[in-house]
Amino acid sequence: MDIVPEIIRENIINLINKKERADGRALDEFRKIFIETGVITKAEGSARVKLGNTQLLVGIKPQIGEPFPDTPNMGIIITNSELLPMASPTFEPGPPDERSIELSRVVDRCIRESNMLNLEKLCIVEGSSVWLLFIDLHIIDYDGNLFDAAVLATVAALRDTKLPTAKIEEDEIILDYENPQPLPLEDTALMCTFAKIGDQMILDPSLDEEEILTARLSIGMRPDGTICAMQKGGEGSLTKDDILKAIDITKGRIPQLMEELDKTIPQAR
Amino acid sequence: MILVKDKDIVVPGEVLAKNDYYPGRGTFKEDNKICSSHVGLVSIRNKQISVIPLVSKYIPKRGDVVIGEITDIRFSMWGLDINSPYSGFLPASEVFGKEKRGLENIFNIGDVLFLKVVDVDEVKKVKLGLKGRGLGKFKGGVLVYITPSKVPRLIGKRGSMINMIKEKTRCDIVVGQNGVVWVKGDPEMEKVAREVILMIDREAHTSGLTDRVRDTLTELIKKVKG
Repeated sequence: MDIVPEIIRENIINLINKKERADGRALDEFRKIFIETGVITKAEGSARVKLGNTQLLVGIKPQIGEPFPDTPNMGIIITNSELLPMASPTFEPGPPDERSIELSRVVDRCIRESNMLNLEKLCIVEGSSVWLLFIDLHIIDYDGNLFDAAVLATVAALRDTKLPTAKIEEDEIILDYENPQPLPLEDTALMCTFAKIGDQMILDPSLDEEEILTARLSIGMRPDGTICAMQKGGEGSLTKDDILKAIDITKGRIPQLMEELDKTIPQAR
Repeated sequence: MILVKDKDIVVPGEVLAKNDYYPGRGTFKEDNKICSSHVGLVSIRNKQISVIPLVSKYIPKRGDVVIGEITDIRFSMWGLDINSPYSGFLPASEVFGKEKRGLENIFNIGDVLFLKVVDVDEVKKVKLGLKGRGLGKFKGGVLVYITPSKVPRLIGKRGSMINMIKEKTRCDIVVGQNGVVWVKGDPEMEKVAREVILMIDREAHTSGLTDRVRDTLTELIKKVKG
């Protein structure tokens, strides 16, 4: 973490206590969202998302592999994230650090627990061959709130993904690259992240805000309003009211994210 | 022979002139050709060609005044972030006499200071100082970050631009050569000043800027006063 100058800290807290923010947004407002899909031709699905000045790239690569013994008829998703050193002075090259692991696990949980991806349909031969989906997150620019941008980009990339159809002929798997099919997506889940600064819960914290927050709460939600993932961060505590308020705002903001997503890449039917 | 006009945008490697011109800042010479080493604007003064980069980092120079933030306290010095690839240090002797105790009681981590670059050595160790008019710690206000190469534009000819902003917004404004600007005044006016400073940062390479800044200022102030 960078050290935030005392002046900036005071300024942000004073503004938030007056229900204003340094960049002129309302407390429950997202920064400008930009989504682009199909940016990596070598990957089966990809997306680039910008949330204000935060920017990241997601690629999806499928591979055929063995299922886990306890779920022989289910495909596997593996999420990984890479915090590129050029994205921020605080990102170092080397093995993934705490932040990188947290990011990939939160994204993974939001996708997995929402059941948006029907993993049973990713099974080719029960017990021996299933699709493995590698979700790779690359952070290009870091200006706060990676979680929301990452989930949004992952969902967009999943929608963009087309898998070759797999057929079994004489005990051999034949891949048909000519007629790729979209992934068996049955729902959507998106995420809203809040920072608690002063007594307020603010949506989509920027880098400066993220560095001075006392507590952070990410809520993954499906469009019908059911919560599928949650993550608490930061040193401070949250009250019950804080959490309920955050859930309320999330319910109001998910349709906006859905609209941005559908505008760029509608759900394949 | 010259191949570009004043204020043209050029890219690294672009040939600017051949023979009878001198390479200035942001250029290099190769077989009698003068080439740009930045993405930036050409500036021709007499026979010297230089390129002012559109985006730059601050490289410390002796005699500059900068705004720095304390990131480290050691036995007899403070470490400062001066918005540059090189970090600066402020020796305790700049503040104390002989006795050097309790540095954290004077300046603590996170404090923002207005300093002077006393010396830069061969390995770019930046020695900072507090001896001079107006130097010291800032209390309150907001910080605005701009590209260091646009600082001259923000100040204007003999301070014309910055004085206009100061007058109209009635804010105290301090500009560091390292692209950090400190603004203090009425909270609403601080916002106006911030907005205008960022506008200058965005549009520094265009002409007729002063007039546009004046218009924007008047408009924003009118909005605040409602």
